[in-house]
Order: sequence, then structure tokens, then C-alpha cells
Amino acid sequence: MKNNWWKALAAVLLLYTAVAGLLVPVPRLAILNETIRNLYFHVPMWFGMTFILIASVVYSIRYLRNPTPELDIRSHEAARTGILMGVVGLATGSIWAKYTWGTWWTNDPKLNGAAIAMLIYGAYLVLRSSFTDEQQRARISAIYNIFAFATAMPLFYILPRLTDSLHPGAGGNPAFAKYDLDDNMRLVFYPAVIGWTLLAFWLAQVASRIALLKQKVYEKQLA
Amino acid sequence: MLLREIWYLIQKDFRLEWRQRAALSGMLLYVGSTVFVCYLSFALRGGELPVPAWNALFWIILLFTAVNAVAKGFLQESQGRLLYYYTLVQPQAVIMAKIVYNALLLLGLALAGFGLYAVVLGNPVQNMPLFLANVVLGAVGFASTLTLVSGIAAKATNSSTLMAVLGFPLMVPMLLLLIKVSKNALDGLEFDASRSSLLTLVALNLIVSAVSYLLFPFLWRS
Repeated sequence: MKNNWWKALAAVLLLYTAVAGLLVPVPRLAILNETIRNLYFHVPMWFGMTFILIASVVYSIRYLRNPTPELDIRSHEAARTGILMGVVGLATGSIWAKYTWGTWWTNDPKLNGAAIAMLIYGAYLVLRSSFTDEQQRARISAIYNIFAFATAMPLFYILPRLTDSLHPGAGGNPAFAKYDLDDNMRLVFYPAVIGWTLLAFWLAQVASRIALLKQKVYEKQLA
Repeated sequence: MLLREIWYLIQKDFRLEWRQRAALSGMLLYVGSTVFVCYLSFALRGGELPVPAWNALFWIILLFTAVNAVAKGFLQESQGRLLYYYTLVQPQAVIMAKIVYNALLLLGLALAGFGLYAVVLGNPVQNMPLFLANVVLGAVGFASTLTLVSGIAAKATNSSTLMAVLGFPLMVPMLLLLIKVSKNALDGLEFDASRSSLLTLVALNLIVSAVSYLLFPFLWRS
């Protein structure tokens, strides 16, 4: 029980995000209006995705140092959770863009970068499915995972800063300079980031436990 | 020691390439015919190619050439020969030699392609030194990204599809920067306008090469 406090924290923070995110007053800004509340849902997805992908890379590195099936499963499930967060982030962003910029998708370095990152991790899943030998699959997908992370992160954190765009966090701005988040918003935003990140780790943990159990059942059947 | 090994391996790669000239001339023909197909399809419309289209087309041709040229790097080597290298040299030497060799090969192909491309489709480049520097960075970047990818793809069953699926998204950050700098060179902008992009390109190349250097020993063992 004592190792599960962070799950309770995640649940409480997310509940708080959902309630306070929709009720606490927000600044009245032209065009954004009430859609600014999406900040509590859209932006934390990318935080969650980045952290869970970092965790996936860490598991991959540990796998290469000490190959065990468990580390491989954990790295794989973390990457899959990262993809889920990324897809939800793209979807919430797309809806937000529709109501503020008037289009579902625009040619913007951040949007394109996020889409390409999803393609890169999609390729990771394809790579995994194209091996029959388990050890080889684990080793080579760990290698690709590390390599992909090293080339995908510039897409998120370097390229958008070199180009001007509609999206906050571009053209030299570190993310929130334009918004000047007011104190009320900070009170919801930071817990939301922590809550969604914890949820990502929780999802990855549950998924890896299911995968590990399935593997155990499979081994029992073979024996 | 490592440098000597790299040097020998590069020599070996070039010698192999020279002995089986079919592959080399095949790649040259690949570039040539792609350029010519593009020329013919635009000639139908008549008139000059607009500059942004010229730029995009040039880099797309180079991208496909690079994927095809690098893909055969590890596929060509038989399992037995790889095992033989394993007993002789360090894995780091193998990957570094392959990257350098692929970079030189791609540079040659890119320059040949650019020559033909400029002859048939016109040459709107206004800042030639910047453009050529960009092509060099592009060749090195493509080589460093794709060499490890080709090593990964060679281990799998459906390697040719996998090469494209794994390679293309990974090349996008590099490709975006290259096209941007190339556009600056086409418009004849000063060097200062592209400095930060060029530096980012160099940094990206270094990151990718360093990660390849660290990861290849693990790939090789399997």
C-alpha cells in the first residue's frame, strides 16, 4: 500500500483538474475566451508524453546493459503510453485550433513536429512486429528507441524555437511568455501537469503488469 | 588504433564498390533517370520550374537516392563476412567507417545529381558556396542517420519496407533544416541569415553520429 500513494495523488490531482479547470475563473482574452481552459488538458499531455518517453528510453538503456524480458516489456509499454498521450495531445490541440485559429490543422512546426514524432514511434511498433525472435526484437527495438528519441526530441524542443508561428512556444519564446499565466491558472495548471504525468506512469505500469502476466501464463502453458 | 581500423575499412568499402561497379553505376543511373523523369514531367507543362518547387524536388530526389544507396550498405555484406570483421576490428570502427564511406558516396551522388539537375532544369542558386556547404552537411547527415537505420533494418525480415518506414520520419528534422538553408542559398541571402540553422544541422549530425557510435556495438552482437 505504501508504494501506491502516487496513484491516489494522480486521482486526486486529476479530479481537482477536472473540477477546478472548468470552474475557476480564467482571464478574459480575445479569441481564446473560455477555450483557454484547454490549457489544463492539452499542454500536460505533452509533458506526460515527454516524461514517459524518457522513462521508455531509460528502460531501453537498462535493457542493453542488462537484458531481461521485464525491462523490454516496460520500455515497450512506456513507449505505447507515450504514443497514446501524443495522440490525445494532437486531438485536443486540433480541437483547440479549430475554435481559435479556425482550422483543424495548420502548417506549424510544432504541429508537424508532433505528427512526425508519432510517425517515428509508429515505426517503432512496426519494427517490433517484424521480428520473430524475442531476444533480437527486444535488443533491436531498444536500439531504435534510443536512436529515435535522440533524433525526435530536436523536433519538439529545438526546431519550433527557430521558426515563427501561431503556436505559443515558438519563435524564440519559451512556452508561456505570451500567455502570462495568471496566478489562478497556475494553481490549476501545475497540478494538472503533475496529475497527467502520474497517470501516464500509472497506465504504463498497469499495461506492463498485464503484459508480464500474459507472458507468465504463456510460459506455464508451454511447460 | 581505432583510426587505423576505420581507415582500412573505408579503403575496403571503396575497393569493394569499385570491383562491383554495377551497384555504383546503378545508383548513378537511378539519380540520372529520376532527374530526367522530373524534367520531362515538368517540361510537359512548359516553362520554368518555380524556385520553391525546384528546391523541394531537389531534396526529395536526394532523399530517395540516399535511402536507396545506404540501404544496400549492410544488406550487401554477407553474415559470414560480418562475423569475420567481428574477429578483426572494433564495432565502433565498422560503424564510423560505414558512415564516412556513405557520406562520401552520397556527396558524390548529390553533386552528380545536382550537375545534371542544373543542366536540365536550370540553376537558380544565387549563393553557391552556401548551397554547396549545405549539400555537404546534407550528405553527412543523411549518411549518419541512415547508416544505423540500415543496420537495424538488415536484421529484420522485411528490410526494404522497414528501411523507408524507419528512415523517413527520422530524417524529417534534418530535411526541414536543409530545405530552409537551401532556400536561403537560392534566394541569395547572406550567410548570417542561415547561421543558426547551419549550426543546428552540425549539432544534429554530431548527436546522431555519437548515438550511432554508442549503439552499434549492441546491434552488432546480435
